[in-house]
Amino acid sequence: MTDDFYRRIGGIREPDPTLGKNVPRKQPSAPQPGEDQQPSPQPEPQPPPKIRRQRVVLAEPSRSPSSLRARVELEQQTSWGELLIKDLIKVQLRTGLLLTALVVLPLGALPLAFFLSPDFAELRLIGLPVAWLLLGVAPFPLLFGAGLWYNRLAERHERDFVDMIEN
Amino acid sequence: MQLNVWALTGIALVMVVTYYLGQRSSRFASSTHDFLVARRTVRSRRNAAAISGEYISAASFLGIAGLVLKEGADALWFPIGFTAGYLALMLFVAAPLRRSGAYTLPDFMEARLGSTSLRTLSTWFVVFIGVLYMLPQLQGAGIALATILPAPAWVGVVAVTVVIAFNVMAGGMRAITLVQAFQYWLKLFALAVPTFVLCVVFFGSNGAGSAGGLSQEAPPRFTDDTTLTVETDVLLRVDEPTSVRVPADSPNVTVWSPGTEYPVAEGTTLWFPARSDVPVVSDGALQNADWLRPAKTAEDMLGTYSLILATFLGTMGLPHVLVRFYTNPDGKAARRTTVQVLLLLGLFYLFPVMIGALSRMYVPQLLVTGNTDAAVLLVPSQMLPGVAGQILVAITAAGAFAAFLSTSSGLLVSVAGVIATDLLAGKVRDFRLAAVLTALVPAGLALSLPVEDLSLSVGMSFALAASTFCPLLVLGIWWRRLTWTGAMLGMCVGGGLVLLAVALNAISERTGSWAPWFLQQPALFTVPAAFLVTVVVSLGTARRVPDDVNAVMLRLHAPDPLGFMRDRAVARFGRLDERPRSSRGGGRHRK
Repeated sequence: MTDDFYRRIGGIREPDPTLGKNVPRKQPSAPQPGEDQQPSPQPEPQPPPKIRRQRVVLAEPSRSPSSLRARVELEQQTSWGELLIKDLIKVQLRTGLLLTALVVLPLGALPLAFFLSPDFAELRLIGLPVAWLLLGVAPFPLLFGAGLWYNRLAERHERDFVDMIEN
Repeated sequence: MQLNVWALTGIALVMVVTYYLGQRSSRFASSTHDFLVARRTVRSRRNAAAISGEYISAASFLGIAGLVLKEGADALWFPIGFTAGYLALMLFVAAPLRRSGAYTLPDFMEARLGSTSLRTLSTWFVVFIGVLYMLPQLQGAGIALATILPAPAWVGVVAVTVVIAFNVMAGGMRAITLVQAFQYWLKLFALAVPTFVLCVVFFGSNGAGSAGGLSQEAPPRFTDDTTLTVETDVLLRVDEPTSVRVPADSPNVTVWSPGTEYPVAEGTTLWFPARSDVPVVSDGALQNADWLRPAKTAEDMLGTYSLILATFLGTMGLPHVLVRFYTNPDGKAARRTTVQVLLLLGLFYLFPVMIGALSRMYVPQLLVTGNTDAAVLLVPSQMLPGVAGQILVAITAAGAFAAFLSTSSGLLVSVAGVIATDLLAGKVRDFRLAAVLTALVPAGLALSLPVEDLSLSVGMSFALAASTFCPLLVLGIWWRRLTWTGAMLGMCVGGGLVLLAVALNAISERTGSWAPWFLQQPALFTVPAAFLVTVVVSLGTARRVPDDVNAVMLRLHAPDPLGFMRDRAVARFGRLDERPRSSRGGGRHRK
């Protein structure tokens, strides 16, 4: 998985570290007042040996005005915002249908194949009936693999979408 | 059946641990938010274990092995479908459903389509499916307890009902999450250990069971002179002339011939001589060769497709499965949870199939008595006489009770949540009241209705869920032009057809089993019918597309970091008297 910052914490949502920060920008947009308030991480001085109270601030993720405008446009359903979200829905649905086909076609063909070809249904591999292996063991890795792949694709689409909005 | 002290201890231990964990984690439950969705803060790993623990019901733990014993290869589609249902759920429902911020399924319907009558209808379907699903769990508890103890069936039903009712009343979803996660691992252990041990015994005995190896063509055989008590009304058939005494102490021997079906009433005793073939109940596979081969006839094949459709699409409509997805922090976590569920379920379902195959070789008498669901509990003591076998029985019995407890407590939470928020005022007090009422109804039904095959009645709930909620969820999430009229008619048509099939099936069982396959597994027709009606009626009532459809779609599909997700306001339901500790409420951003 490319985004191991999610893995590290057991699948619990943390704010995407690329969000609202100007790290991955391809072209630096015009300097905006909002970004000035985000100091770049400066090297921390060596922590003193004794334990000090650390101050943790939970704030709203600061966003640059341009991303805020994009959000507002999305929310107000301007033609542009509507088109964007429609595209996202379409691409997610297409991914889902593709993976469904990937799983259902091989699995769905099995009963028909067993019915049409009794030889196939009675085939044996080192003494074990192939039909039992195909039905009792093989589908589970297939299903898990499909789930893993879909998860990766869907998260990539969402990340792309967020990147697009932020820019 | 002699008293098995080990098994009794195992069951008692599971009950006590369940009760303890439930009470311990419910100390922190104070608000409606805790009771309904555990504050939406369940981590994906624990949530995945809890979902799997809740999902592995009596039908999975006992029923699959029983069906494999009886029907052979075709029964292998049950575990596949039970698992694949989660893939469908993940691909089309999980993340958007979580982002909708609803508390219950009717909540989602109202948020999406803005109709209160649709909400009421789906409330009733949730309650109905929940009770229908809880029924076999409680009956399974009765069967299991009667199999290993000299106790009447009602003891198991009552014990399970009491434990889950107390846990759910004490802490709702907050209480049962930890319990169910624990019970998944317990169940996996309780089936994996006996399977490994029995496989070692099996290969140690040169790969042939006491009733003959599986590769021989003939039916399984009795090893000794055998006397059996038939536990339900059955129709038996044989493959070659078999001598039998009916009842077992009658002086004269009758000969059963192939090609005839012999009705045997409940409570009848039968005697078979050693080395005779084991008769099989009429809908089971008689010969091992047939048993090993999937999809022998066109009916088998179509029935299999129908089952595939019901289980693939039915999982997403089960209320207790959906309610667990609302406990995830956000949509992305909901998807991650599902991936882990696919792994956990795939791991578990390897074992009941193996136990089912072993039981064909070692306890073929279950094919005569019709009590195939008890296979998991009886194989260990049959294969391993003595204390070792009894300990294995105790382990599987404990696992079976974990299955009854976790599934029925999940169902109880989801149904009680729906009743509390939709029919009552939605306060914590209402939730507790709803939990008591919901626990009493299925318990009463379980005590009064006859017992069917566990997996089959569960299969019917899947068909019902697939033909009612699945079209609504899938179309509601991905199709803008859905209207509440279309949704309502689709739900009525799909649900009505399944209920008709259930009714005809029940009539046919009392009047000579004339029901064709599509009445026993109707999803192949009812699901497309429900989809078709929903789409056609929605297109016909295009004026009623809700005005806010674009806003709702945005909320369902916009990625979580953009922050469009709105959880349903807690304030609408009121709280317990003391305020929750976080005054910001919502708990949306909390880990």
